[in-house]
Amino acid sequence: MGSEMASDWIRIIVGLIIVLAFSQLNALFLVWLERKVAGHIQLRYGPMEVGPHGILQTIADGIKLVGKELITPLSADWKLFVIAPVLVFMPVLVAFLVLPFDENLVIRDMNLGVLLIFAFSTLSVLAILAGGWAANNKYALLGAIRSVAQNVAYEIPLLLAVLSVALMTQSLRFSEIVAAQCRVWFIFLQPVAGLIFLICATAETNRAPFDIPEAESELIAGFHTEYSGMRFGLFFLAEYTNMFIVSAVATALFFGGWHGPFGFSFGLPGIVWFLLKVYILLFVIMWVRWTFPRVRFDQLMNFSWKVMLPLSLLNLIVTAAVLKFI
Amino acid sequence: MNFMTEAMAQAAFWIVVGLTLAGAVIAVFPRNIVYNVLGLVLALTGVAGLYVFLGSMFIGLMQLLIYVGAICVAIVFAIMLSRPLHLEVPQRKLPKVLLAAMASCLFAIALIGVSLRTAWKPAAERGTDWSVATIGELLLTRYDLVFEVISLVLLVAILGAIVTAGFSRRLTS
Repeated sequence: MGSEMASDWIRIIVGLIIVLAFSQLNALFLVWLERKVAGHIQLRYGPMEVGPHGILQTIADGIKLVGKELITPLSADWKLFVIAPVLVFMPVLVAFLVLPFDENLVIRDMNLGVLLIFAFSTLSVLAILAGGWAANNKYALLGAIRSVAQNVAYEIPLLLAVLSVALMTQSLRFSEIVAAQCRVWFIFLQPVAGLIFLICATAETNRAPFDIPEAESELIAGFHTEYSGMRFGLFFLAEYTNMFIVSAVATALFFGGWHGPFGFSFGLPGIVWFLLKVYILLFVIMWVRWTFPRVRFDQLMNFSWKVMLPLSLLNLIVTAAVLKFI
Repeated sequence: MNFMTEAMAQAAFWIVVGLTLAGAVIAVFPRNIVYNVLGLVLALTGVAGLYVFLGSMFIGLMQLLIYVGAICVAIVFAIMLSRPLHLEVPQRKLPKVLLAAMASCLFAIALIGVSLRTAWKPAAERGTDWSVATIGELLLTRYDLVFEVISLVLLVAILGAIVTAGFSRRLTS
């Protein structure tokens, strides 16, 4: 009994350390990749100076960020201002508890894993709001308000898209949903839900073309205008880790998780397939960012409430009807 | 080892209770409405933690998703649509405070009365299956009417919000 519990604790601690280390490394890599993708799309090279093809550039940037002074504006509400960057990172960590990297590579395979991720992801909006409001800056407040409005609008179609997958598998456990896709990935059975999920996930992570909460040309930097040093770094880290999480969830729900295409694994272990698909999706998200111009705020709202929401509801009804009568 | 787990569970329980109460205090007393909302978030998250302690992960997560994710964000919306935050907040009026105190006292008395009159049984003795599937089935069979009435209340709230927003917009334009 005793040793069993000790091993449980060790499991949790080791899992936490791996998650923390992984999220940092992943963010370092993704920032580099983003700049490279942006560069090549714009016929530039991107960072080239530090390390081969600039691969060490973000490490240098990270060291710079850690060394910078943490400035709190005089008129800011310092309690919320300090706590917001920590709050924004917390739900991100929780999500890693249930992500299924491989058949047996999950920290906790909960029967409500999907629900857990979406329940906690709502907390990061409130953290963004707290940070943007506490900075006592017009641009920051505008960015925060936009972020809340956008999140409310896109959360609903996102959940409805997930619900239609949950209806098909009758489960909210990641391992069961992935196991159900060992032959055919759900993106082929639920193409509409998959598309809705990807669009809404892009909007939820405040990525272009939906990055109006931090639209540089109108709002400077949106909700993190006043943040400097590692506090800004935490917002940045949370954004890139969030991108990883939505891509991982999309992989698990729609792209077969740790399965290879059509049941062929080509001798590769599940985690390789999983990470490969996640990083392909991340590349697509970056590709979209550097291809499409930013939408206007009213376009964004209209698109969500008048197109995405009815479409996802219709998709859910059709899914339910097909499951009932076939 | 077992004793340690027990002690830690106890400590965690009281920490969650403390956070819930602290959140409730923040939700009521400061004159800054953003603090109030964030306090409410803390309190409701604490309640979700209490549900997890009672053994229902599902209810806890639903609490988080609905009350924190939907209701509190909606309240934030209402705040953003109301008077600008940087303006001086008006003084609390005594009659309003008294009425609010009376209403909450009545509610508290009713709650305490109900919980004292209920014959509580440990979860193990009740022995009913409270899985997600059961809850879902009960919601669509036995508690169908309650479920529908709750959604009707939400519909009325949405309509009311639209009417109020439209009214104030007509006033300003």
